[in-house]
Amino acid sequence: MFDLTGKNALVTGASGGIGGAIAKALHAAGATVALSGTRVEPLEALASELGERAHVLPCNLSDGEAVDALPKQAIEAMGSVDILVNNAGITRDQIFMRMSDEEWDSVINVNLTSTMRLCRGVMRPMMKSRWGRIINISSIVGATGNPGQVNYAASKAGMVGMTKSIAYEVASRGITANCVAPGFIATAMTEKLTDDQKGKINAQIPAARMGEAQEIAAAVLYLASAEAGYTTGATLHVNGGMAMI
Amino acid sequence: MSDVADRVKKIVVEHLGVEEDKVTESASFIDDLGADSLDTVELVMAFEEEFGIEIPDDAAETIQTFGDAVKFITEAS
Repeated sequence: MFDLTGKNALVTGASGGIGGAIAKALHAAGATVALSGTRVEPLEALASELGERAHVLPCNLSDGEAVDALPKQAIEAMGSVDILVNNAGITRDQIFMRMSDEEWDSVINVNLTSTMRLCRGVMRPMMKSRWGRIINISSIVGATGNPGQVNYAASKAGMVGMTKSIAYEVASRGITANCVAPGFIATAMTEKLTDDQKGKINAQIPAARMGEAQEIAAAVLYLASAEAGYTTGATLHVNGGMAMI
Repeated sequence: MSDVADRVKKIVVEHLGVEEDKVTESASFIDDLGADSLDTVELVMAFEEEFGIEIPDDAAETIQTFGDAVKFITEAS
């Protein structure tokens, strides 16, 4: 099950914990992967760890022209993009009353607009090949909201509405579009939390622990597979029961 | 009928699964030939490939009928 041999996947934010795990899972299932991100070093490290079938395509997602060029670069490198995973995202947390236009714009631009641009960039070739998988990494806070994250939550909720609309438009062409919405996932970022902070977070999670990046990657792997061909417009919540929606 | 028209007609017949005699000069892809908006985008993509031309989005929107398509492609290629 879940054999991606012969499929080509573009993963953004592959230099991060979750993105790296996603790239590894797709690669382990046989896919060729294009690793994108802003930091070249971790991308190169991941590519050399994966060995064959891995390409490094650095891209600054706040640069619209660079974003539009990325799908073309991925197609040049791999021959096609059959699977697109929009995983890259940024936060600029601030209480709403103090949130600047710049803080709002930068998060919406990177998280939502660049996701739209990349989806648009792969759509034409996916339509032609009558097969495609779009997987957008949303967040639990897109559904529940979160104080201090008005911009981030809006971008992640926007991603869900956008993904559903894309799913509608192209479902008859063998292309699916879905979201994965992680809850609290253990990454380099959460390692900095104190035990007390971790305890408070875990108390809100029925599973009583943070998720692993691999548990997000497993959800992505499923949605990327041929077996998931009838699953489209869905949001797969992977949050240890933190929000049962 | 010109060579261009023949080739365009072949693409339309194959893509939309319609009878050849329905594809007349004034036949509208959407109103007469049962295309949806996505079909029209795909037709334009197929025309671009067949004739090695580029049809910009604003021009593509003006191609509503079989006759429109033949005219545009004849002028472009």
